[in-house]
Amino acid sequence: MPTEPAITPELVAEHNLTPEEYEGILELLGRAPNYTELGIFSVMWSEHCSYKNTRALLKGFPTESPRVLVAAGEENAGILDIGDGLAISFKIESHNHPSAVEPFQGAATGVGGIIRDIFTMGARPVCAINSLRFGELSNPEVRRLFRGVVSGIAHYGNCFGIPTVGGEVYFDKSYEGNPLVNAFALGVLRHDQIARGAAKGVGNPVFYVGPATGRDGLAGAAFASQDLTEESAEIQRGAVQVGDPFMEKLCMEACLELLATGAVAGIQDMGAAGLTCSTCETAARGGTGIEIDLAKVPQRSPGMTPYEILLSESQERMLIIIEQGREEEVKRIFDKWDLPWAEIGHVTDTGQMVVKNHGEIVVDLPASKLADDAPLYHREATEPKYLAAVRAFTLEGIDDLDDPTAALGKLLKWPTIASKNWVYRQYDHMVRANTMVNPGSDAAVIRIKADSIPGGDDRNGDFPEKLLALAVDCNATHVYLDPFEGAKAAVAECARNLACSGATPIGSTDNLNFGNPHNPELFWQLKESVRGLAEGCAAFDAPVTGGNVSLYNQNPEGAIDPTPTMAMVGIIEDAAHVTTQWFKDEGDAIILLGEPVDTEDPLHGLGGSAFLQVLHEQKTGTPARCNLETERTLGTTLLGLIQSGLVKGAHDCAEGGLAVALAECCFSELEGRNTPRFTGAEIDLSELECDRLDALLFGETLGRIVITTSELDSVKAIERAKLMGVPARRIGTVSAEKGAALKIKSTTGEWSWEVAGLHDLWWNSIDNAMA
Amino acid sequence: MKFAVLQFPGSNCDQDCVHVLRSVLGRPTELLWHKEYSVGDADAVFIPGGFSYGDYLRTGSIARFSPVMGAVKEFAENGGHVFGICNGFQILCEAGMLPGALIRNRSLQFRCEHVYLQIASRVSPFTGQIPEGKNLRLPIAHGEGNYFCDDETLQSLEANDQILFQYVDAEGDLTDHANPNGSLANIAGICNEKRNVAGMMPHPERAAEAALGGTDGRLIFESLIAALKTQSTLASV
Repeated sequence: MPTEPAITPELVAEHNLTPEEYEGILELLGRAPNYTELGIFSVMWSEHCSYKNTRALLKGFPTESPRVLVAAGEENAGILDIGDGLAISFKIESHNHPSAVEPFQGAATGVGGIIRDIFTMGARPVCAINSLRFGELSNPEVRRLFRGVVSGIAHYGNCFGIPTVGGEVYFDKSYEGNPLVNAFALGVLRHDQIARGAAKGVGNPVFYVGPATGRDGLAGAAFASQDLTEESAEIQRGAVQVGDPFMEKLCMEACLELLATGAVAGIQDMGAAGLTCSTCETAARGGTGIEIDLAKVPQRSPGMTPYEILLSESQERMLIIIEQGREEEVKRIFDKWDLPWAEIGHVTDTGQMVVKNHGEIVVDLPASKLADDAPLYHREATEPKYLAAVRAFTLEGIDDLDDPTAALGKLLKWPTIASKNWVYRQYDHMVRANTMVNPGSDAAVIRIKADSIPGGDDRNGDFPEKLLALAVDCNATHVYLDPFEGAKAAVAECARNLACSGATPIGSTDNLNFGNPHNPELFWQLKESVRGLAEGCAAFDAPVTGGNVSLYNQNPEGAIDPTPTMAMVGIIEDAAHVTTQWFKDEGDAIILLGEPVDTEDPLHGLGGSAFLQVLHEQKTGTPARCNLETERTLGTTLLGLIQSGLVKGAHDCAEGGLAVALAECCFSELEGRNTPRFTGAEIDLSELECDRLDALLFGETLGRIVITTSELDSVKAIERAKLMGVPARRIGTVSAEKGAALKIKSTTGEWSWEVAGLHDLWWNSIDNAMA
Repeated sequence: MKFAVLQFPGSNCDQDCVHVLRSVLGRPTELLWHKEYSVGDADAVFIPGGFSYGDYLRTGSIARFSPVMGAVKEFAENGGHVFGICNGFQILCEAGMLPGALIRNRSLQFRCEHVYLQIASRVSPFTGQIPEGKNLRLPIAHGEGNYFCDDETLQSLEANDQILFQYVDAEGDLTDHANPNGSLANIAGICNEKRNVAGMMPHPERAAEAALGGTDGRLIFESLIAALKTQSTLASV
């Protein structure tokens, strides 16, 4: 056996532990750790596992509601009640640094990791969405990363058999070299099927199931918790795991089958920090100890050291604690699925995580202290200097548009606004036969049917089907320019997208992607964003059920735009309420809900807008204010209108403002391959008060939704909205499909666009950039 | 009338097939594990979509050697009806139960979208109930659906009326633009000479309910059910 290196200050530093943290370890143990133990502390006390820099902030999130069955932080993922004894479990998680280094495997294993978190809870994963950020597509390196990430997600999700039903993709220079890959999965289960990640029952055997442990992904959690530099990327290439969706599919089926037997006392996936994290966390949660022998762990390469085995992040592995005497059931089920398994240890009452190697003790650490007593930092936060310039920006130097014709085309072609069909056509978004609204509308909609439940559900014909809507949003430019307002707006946009699909929000999950927390300005962005998210989630009664923090997202040029990605899940009461964004029939009334322009905003919603970025090459200005009370009323009002059967289509105004939203309503319906369905629209904005045409058409004032109703219902819809205190105006009429044109009239002129031409710019933009 | 849906490790459209047969069409249907040596008393066998055995070597190349495929082959040789969807089609080609092969999509990317199909032959147990002149709108979801065979095989497919489905555009024109994967002659599905074994790349099981945006896929299941009914009526005469 090779001798272990001596613990030196340099070795401690290499493990990303500060001298103070090392002092803490000495105090906690009352002795010096050995090399393997040092490795364990380095991953368990990394930001990825311990949230040491953010735990204090995250306490501000609302986490309770009558629906919460398992709250944030208790387990691998939270669980919400959806009625009739059914529940859902969902979470979003980042795989940013691995994707920067090796986009295909990095993204693929990101999907694999989040799926494991969900079935670890006892739920059958039924859909996935994702949120991606890249630099600008003109850069060939960005295109390589983009192509790799999308095909990695497709590879894993498609083969596993989970539909990827939606998502968002933004392109901005700040993500060059440090793309963001945030993957979300949702699973379904009955209340009586909730599984726990606790090592319960002293004497119970501990099983390792899944493929053998190799040297791949060594200390990925620690890797994810440091600045990404060219040097670190090269050294850490070996830290990226290799995914096997086929293995994960088998592992999930076998685990769900095993859970149904009742023989499982506790279950935990081996994600970040692999065997280390799963053993010490299960013991900590169970208030017990755990003892394993590494000699019994299936190993892929010969001569692996305890350090390597414990810190390996080989994928698709699970740790399962079995009720004593029921070991045969594990063997029967895992043999049926041809999956490797091994009994590697047992639960103890010592409170210690004891690891032996061929009988010799190599690790002896207090489990709960290791899992729960990581350092907690209150980092210094200082308002960034750049914000002074942002706030000083006025529209003085920006001439208003005389003719918006070209501007609309340019915006629709801008990759952040353009159709993401190049992305989602590579994802199987229909497998499991539940997808009711495919990618391309405001929110994805799926149904939950009997076969969505682990083991099926014997209610069969009487099964109470449920409908869920999912959205993920974050306009990080707005967050960069005003973290608090921008974060609130991310939540509000999710809620608006759910409302547009007919859903009421029930819960959310956040992915905080930020720069180095030791930089006070970057930490300030984080702090303000968390405050905004917390206020937002509280306003929409959408408690945070779990999430993920990814810090140190920077490249040599600086940090990424602060990106607090928000994913939200909502319930749709009735299939008749499922609503899509596009215009439906000729003659339908087009109504704008919400104030057309926020007149109190000196920039009229143009601050941080796509319009300023694309047409004036300026990424500045205070972004639109987010009034959560207004947004909430808007959402409930729209839902009321939808539930009364008045609404035929609903689409919110976001990047690119009202004109982009109207164009999308005209052309975003897709009947089939190469077969979009167009409608025209005749819009009259001449009654609206706004002294700038650019702000009226392209401003990004929040709280606006375009809806359509039949001509007959239009007056009723407008009056009802006004009764609820929501401004509502008829702004036009849907016109013919043949030769469809979008016509907009304002006080200063009248313009017309051929819908087919606009569609071509929007639909093919990313395809052309990637060709 | 009983149906069996094969279940390989890595099948992922197996439940969707069972759902349509059992819950939508009300037919007794059982999953059949890949390690079984018999198809039991099934009247027809479905080979569902997915990534059997991970499909790492070549789609369907491992599945063809599974115990259950031996049973399926024997079942088909005795006249039993076998229908392969997506990975099921790939497996049938690999197993030599259908001619040709499915290679990587022309785009080199996975494609998931709705396509339009024309019925090239209604003379089969899988297409018999599709009304004359009716084209189908069905989803595809595959990375390797590019049908290929040699000239001789193509000629015999045509001569024997074995081509069942071809990709067309929304207007019904058979064009290269309508071809989502580069398949020879826009072929989306074929049957064997005896016409009891067929496979197609599109997913009829994902288009059997209005809630999912289309019911065209039902016509294929209903065709088979009608054919099996006729067969059993004839047998009992």
